[in-house]
Amino acid sequence: MTNLLNTILVTILVMNLFALGTSRILAVTRVVAAQGVLLGFIPLLVHKSLVMPVLLMAAAAISIKAILIPSIIVRALRDAQIKHEVKPLIGFLPSIILGAIATAFALLFAGQLPLAGNHYDTLLVPTAIATVLVGFIQLVTRYKAISQVIGYLILENGIFIFSMLLVEAMPLIVEMGVMLDLFVGIFVTCIIINHINQAFSSMDTRELVSLKE
Amino acid sequence: MTDTIIHIFLLLTLPPLLLGVINKTKALFAGRKGPPVLQLYYDIIKLMRKGMVLSRTTTWVFIAGPVVTLAAVVLAGMLIPIGQFDAPIAFAGDLIFFAYLFGLARFFTTAAALDTGSSFEGMGAAREVTFACLSEPALFFALLVLAKISGSLKLTTMLHSSTSAFSVAMAAPLVLVSIGLFIVLLTETCRIPVDDPNTHLELTMIHEVMVLDHSGPLFGIILYSAAMKLFVLGTVLLHIITPFQMNRMWLNWPLFIVEILGLAIVIGVVESVMARLRMRHIPYLLVSALLFCGFSFILLMRYYK
Repeated sequence: MTNLLNTILVTILVMNLFALGTSRILAVTRVVAAQGVLLGFIPLLVHKSLVMPVLLMAAAAISIKAILIPSIIVRALRDAQIKHEVKPLIGFLPSIILGAIATAFALLFAGQLPLAGNHYDTLLVPTAIATVLVGFIQLVTRYKAISQVIGYLILENGIFIFSMLLVEAMPLIVEMGVMLDLFVGIFVTCIIINHINQAFSSMDTRELVSLKE
Repeated sequence: MTDTIIHIFLLLTLPPLLLGVINKTKALFAGRKGPPVLQLYYDIIKLMRKGMVLSRTTTWVFIAGPVVTLAAVVLAGMLIPIGQFDAPIAFAGDLIFFAYLFGLARFFTTAAALDTGSSFEGMGAAREVTFACLSEPALFFALLVLAKISGSLKLTTMLHSSTSAFSVAMAAPLVLVSIGLFIVLLTETCRIPVDDPNTHLELTMIHEVMVLDHSGPLFGIILYSAAMKLFVLGTVLLHIITPFQMNRMWLNWPLFIVEILGLAIVIGVVESVMARLRMRHIPYLLVSALLFCGFSFILLMRYYK
């Protein structure tokens, strides 16, 4: 069980690096959607017994993170006719290396943390930290608003993985609330992106500073 | 003894078939009929019967290039266990020997290219060694991970231990290593995201440009050893991604053949769905292969003591 879990977590780490290294936003969206599917399986593996809240959480994670949000993003991409993140603040290769450094840091750091005994042999904590950091890198180094939304989504994926540690303690309603916030946030951003695109023909956040009525 | 003979037989005869399968897969994807699966055998036989043209500027290095490459690759193939069977040659530390046989082959290929005195081939040689700088460490990290998992420095033991029940526990690092090794495989054998074996456009080709002056039997040897390189690296990769075995020992031979042909189909699919990367983007791919392998080593050191 632990091995399957660790394999999934490592796959998530690989996807993080892929998301950092590719310029096509559609491909990044697909990767994040696939990550959402994998995230949905984690609660099933972390839990010893399959109870209703866990199944609900898995179903909600998959349907929101892997289907709903990516489809909104893809729609926004199509409407705004954006394909590539042209020139990020930090290039694609440096951001992969930065992501790898962040991942290595997360692994080393998680080793120092005083964790509960049963969390030592899984990669949950380092993967969570690494995913949050990668999401953060994506968020701050990209100029296109939609890439930043994806960065935010990766960041939230990291938080979701972290919450798996507390899955016994934390009520389902908290996770559901977070997921709903995320959904609404992205929904609103994508609508705004569409409107900005119709009015100003640029999605670059550097230009958005100078927007005026 | 029989196993050794079958090993050598497969090593010598199977490689051109892989390229045939790759080309057939690509043809099917493109909606063409494609050349026959055995085309490379015909090509090599045809080239072997031809005469050869040697430029006056070349020296013995030019002829030594393909010959040494073939010898190195055959020797590397003898070090690798096929399927469940032990390699004919095995000694402690042969992983270094294995990696540097490829280094030797590369050195002689590039030396032969430089020997022609053509600036063109020099360019190809420069590209080849530049990319090798990045793919070789990735290969070493991958071998290091395997050595760490198996606790042995012998390729036979290293590759077999990932086949046993051991590999289930080591799944996470092995996933990373197999991704890295697959990229190394595509680089070393000049397949599509890195180099297009069909193109003859001067600006982009790497491997093809180095062998432009070779003709006749020498060119046949080059084609043959390129196919064999694919076979050898593919066999290494198969040990990690398909750790299956049959309960009857002899059934492992057909199983291996099916697996390696499957790998050829996978490569064909990758080539069909991907475009060739721009030259300056190739280092990105190789660095990520390096990161995958290196990262898997960190993971192994940290979490699986």
